[in-house]
Amino acid sequence: MIHASLTELRAALDTQRISSVELATLFLDRIERHDPALNAFITVDRERALAEAANADARIATGESGPLTGIPLAHKDVFCTEGVLTTCGSKMLSNFVSPYDAHVVSRLKAAGAVTLGKTNMDEFAMGSSNENSHYGPVRNPWDPARVPGGSSGGSAAAVAARLVPMATGTDTGGSVRQPAALCGVTGIKPTYGVVSRYGMIAYASSLDQGGAFGATAADCGMLLNAMSGFDPRDSTSLDRPAEDVLREARREAGTTGPLAGLRIGLPREFFAEGMADDVRAATEAALTHYRSLGAQTVEVTLPNARLAIPAYYVIAMAEASSNLSRFDGVRYGHRAEHYADLDDLYRKSRAEGFGAEVKRRILVGTYVLSHGYYDAYYLQAQKLRRLIAEDFRSAFDQCDVIAGPTSPTTAWAIGAKTDDPVQMYLSDIYTIAVNLAGLPALSHPCGFGADGLPVGLQLIGNYFSEARLLNVAHRYQQSTDWHLQRPALAGEESGSAR
Amino acid sequence: MSRNDWEVVIGLEVHAQLTTASKIFSGASTAFGAEPNRQACAVDLALPGVLPVLNRGAVERAIRFGLAIGATVAPRSVFARKNYFYPDLPKGYQISQFELPVVQGGTITIRVGEGEKSYEKRVNLTRAHLEEDAGKSLHEDFHGMSGIDLNRAGTPLLEIVSEPDMRSSAEAVAYARALHALVRWIEICDGNMQEGSFRCDANVSVRRPGAPLGTRREIKNLNSFRFLQQAIDYEVQWQIDTLEDGGTIRQATVLFDPDTGETRVMRTKEDAHDYRYFPDPDLLPLEIPAEWLERVAGEMPELPAAMRQRFIDEFALSDYDAATLTASREMAAYFQSTVDAAGMALAKPCANWVMGDLAARLNKAGLEIADAPVGPQQLARLVTRIADNTLSNNIGKKVFEALWNGDGGPSADAVDTIIETQGLKQVTDSGAIESIIDEVIAANQKSVEEFRSGKEKAFNAIVGQVMKASRGKANPAQVNEILRRKLGG
Repeated sequence: MIHASLTELRAALDTQRISSVELATLFLDRIERHDPALNAFITVDRERALAEAANADARIATGESGPLTGIPLAHKDVFCTEGVLTTCGSKMLSNFVSPYDAHVVSRLKAAGAVTLGKTNMDEFAMGSSNENSHYGPVRNPWDPARVPGGSSGGSAAAVAARLVPMATGTDTGGSVRQPAALCGVTGIKPTYGVVSRYGMIAYASSLDQGGAFGATAADCGMLLNAMSGFDPRDSTSLDRPAEDVLREARREAGTTGPLAGLRIGLPREFFAEGMADDVRAATEAALTHYRSLGAQTVEVTLPNARLAIPAYYVIAMAEASSNLSRFDGVRYGHRAEHYADLDDLYRKSRAEGFGAEVKRRILVGTYVLSHGYYDAYYLQAQKLRRLIAEDFRSAFDQCDVIAGPTSPTTAWAIGAKTDDPVQMYLSDIYTIAVNLAGLPALSHPCGFGADGLPVGLQLIGNYFSEARLLNVAHRYQQSTDWHLQRPALAGEESGSAR
Repeated sequence: MSRNDWEVVIGLEVHAQLTTASKIFSGASTAFGAEPNRQACAVDLALPGVLPVLNRGAVERAIRFGLAIGATVAPRSVFARKNYFYPDLPKGYQISQFELPVVQGGTITIRVGEGEKSYEKRVNLTRAHLEEDAGKSLHEDFHGMSGIDLNRAGTPLLEIVSEPDMRSSAEAVAYARALHALVRWIEICDGNMQEGSFRCDANVSVRRPGAPLGTRREIKNLNSFRFLQQAIDYEVQWQIDTLEDGGTIRQATVLFDPDTGETRVMRTKEDAHDYRYFPDPDLLPLEIPAEWLERVAGEMPELPAAMRQRFIDEFALSDYDAATLTASREMAAYFQSTVDAAGMALAKPCANWVMGDLAARLNKAGLEIADAPVGPQQLARLVTRIADNTLSNNIGKKVFEALWNGDGGPSADAVDTIIETQGLKQVTDSGAIESIIDEVIAANQKSVEEFRSGKEKAFNAIVGQVMKASRGKANPAQVNEILRRKLGG
């Protein structure tokens, strides 16, 4: 059961081979056993989870179950959960119990999914290694000395270690795809506006987008189906008819090869220097396999992609500096114990409540928006953003999806980049342009690197092509077993799930 | 040099609270006077993760304003964040409009002064933009701490910015009054200045005529026309005195203290905030398609300026009368209904009654015209009965008072009922009037002699006696004529 797909769990629950309460207990026990070594969770609420599971069992008994009813889930701690601690990985919110549910949370509750807990993350989703959490770093299940990636490192690690079969995340510059790659799971970030941001604590509003983690593309699709949908409380939420993102994956494969006719674009810039040899080898092998499935590869170019990192950090930090102003110690969250006056209250509460990386981004963001610098930084970055989106538009004239590495390297050692923020920022080089353009993208496992650490392949699609991306990854996973490999946890054997 | 050698330059920024039932970016109520923080929802409290959603009713009111002043209503405008820390600003930024406001340009015509010396002037507007109000900090009753009330946070405001076109405090007040009347006329703001629904900031500078603009100081938060006038007058004198003493004006924001009648510096330019405006990524640009604009235009009431001109053209009213009657939409509507019922030929007496007896009586009773106990149909009937000689003007006032007290019921027929039951019909029978006059002459020989010896005043005394003897019902014109004939005057 631990390694079963969501479809298998659904069948087991519906045929009452296992109850939701039993399933939740199974995973809660795994969390209890393994999480102390991984630190993937900030909050685990067994009592609440078992109550939700009992409700789910009642629904299943009356035949009212949906695709996710009774299946355990974890939420990244960026999502507000009513009556449950919601910290965003920060000391600032270490005492914040949300009085309301995020849109994503209420949708998954309505679907009957059972929330086991809230996962660890980089503070306010700022980071690429999960070392910026007030609750300590998350460890990579494949090697506890390594980072899991970030900022949704807790969710990725929890799914990789099968502490939970599925988890939510958010992706502002790669925060779903990069940890998915580094932890050897599948993760998807949909088109900007597909998942409501209501109740998702904002880092950079124009880039933040909810996403899904699972063992497979099919599992991600099931979770994404339940998370998506128009929400009038988010003005950037897209009012489109509901769609089943697994509709293409369910179709019978044609006789000429499951991906016959698919044009995969390979951006020249992504395959230039900068990629580690082991990542390159796994990526090339995956492309070879795609060709064997009937796809053809074509070279495309994203000439402005190299400017994505500077553009991203200007825009994201500008928005963050303003988004994080509400954390002032006045109405909720951390407030300094002693202060002389109002300014002192602000200064001390924020100095104590925020970690170093958050402060760095607030400072830079404040600077780039300041009088006299706005035009040189913020407006220039917005221009670059348009150019980058234009690059993708042209590339998609020549191909159906774009493929490349998700991360230039496999997971690095904890502490290796913490003193060099620029080096840390460069680890997002392949993922960031996607957020600037608002496109959907996923990462799926495609092999292992030199140290036996997972490598992820990134697939980028045109707007609203989630169904196509999931179909492409699904066909790949139907004919490979990288996604079935499991890390060895303490007292367990490594190996394949099947 | 004297004060007359200086030219005063004034521009106003007015914050008009819009009459939407809910806030500009949340569903919480905007009603005034609730217990602190009872009308602040998760969005107004700026809880983590909440997002703003624009209230289209607020946009619609901005469109009405734009149309009313002949401005450009921008097909695309942008909400921006104005960043600063203050406890009554929960998000740490105010959502406003900066580079691209929803209303651009426009003019308002004002009349300055009264009577012969009054003049008209067109004031140009720079812009009007939508924004949210902040909450309130309460510094009393908290034992050295401050309380925060976020009920007002997120209340929709239209900030209306004029060009520096005004040249005196009188012009500034005339502009503020015209704007106040207009926003109430088009029903986008209740205009309640005590509750802060209409607040003025005045930018004031002085210069030598023909010289470039002087350095301005901004007087914040003036919540009455009287304070606006006093504050500007003080500020102008202070700036002139300062300059004439060889000093310089430093750009500053000042507050007016109504107790001392003085302005004092709140902050100077040096410690002004850098608000770090940037487009709010949580809100899409505000698009106003032509169809929306057309629909709102179709729902606009006749505007005061147009109505005023129509009263002059159609009813041959004086400019003064037309202006007075269009001072508020309620008064204009009352007058229009009265004329509709009485007929256009009686427009002038209708105007006199509305501006005269009715206005005075309302004022005495402390009532608004919409709540007048005498309705327009009744007033029209009264005016008609005076015009057709059923009533004298004086007896008309008696009938009006009876109507005010509810005699005869609410319909227009109450006028005729009152005349009938109280026997107020005017006497126009010359024979009857003659016999009254004869009696009065016989009883007042002294006055008759005085008149005949040249005292014109005595004539009026005799008329008064005749009217008294007829209990006011004799037709005054006939009394005059017959009396003159009899006395040989």
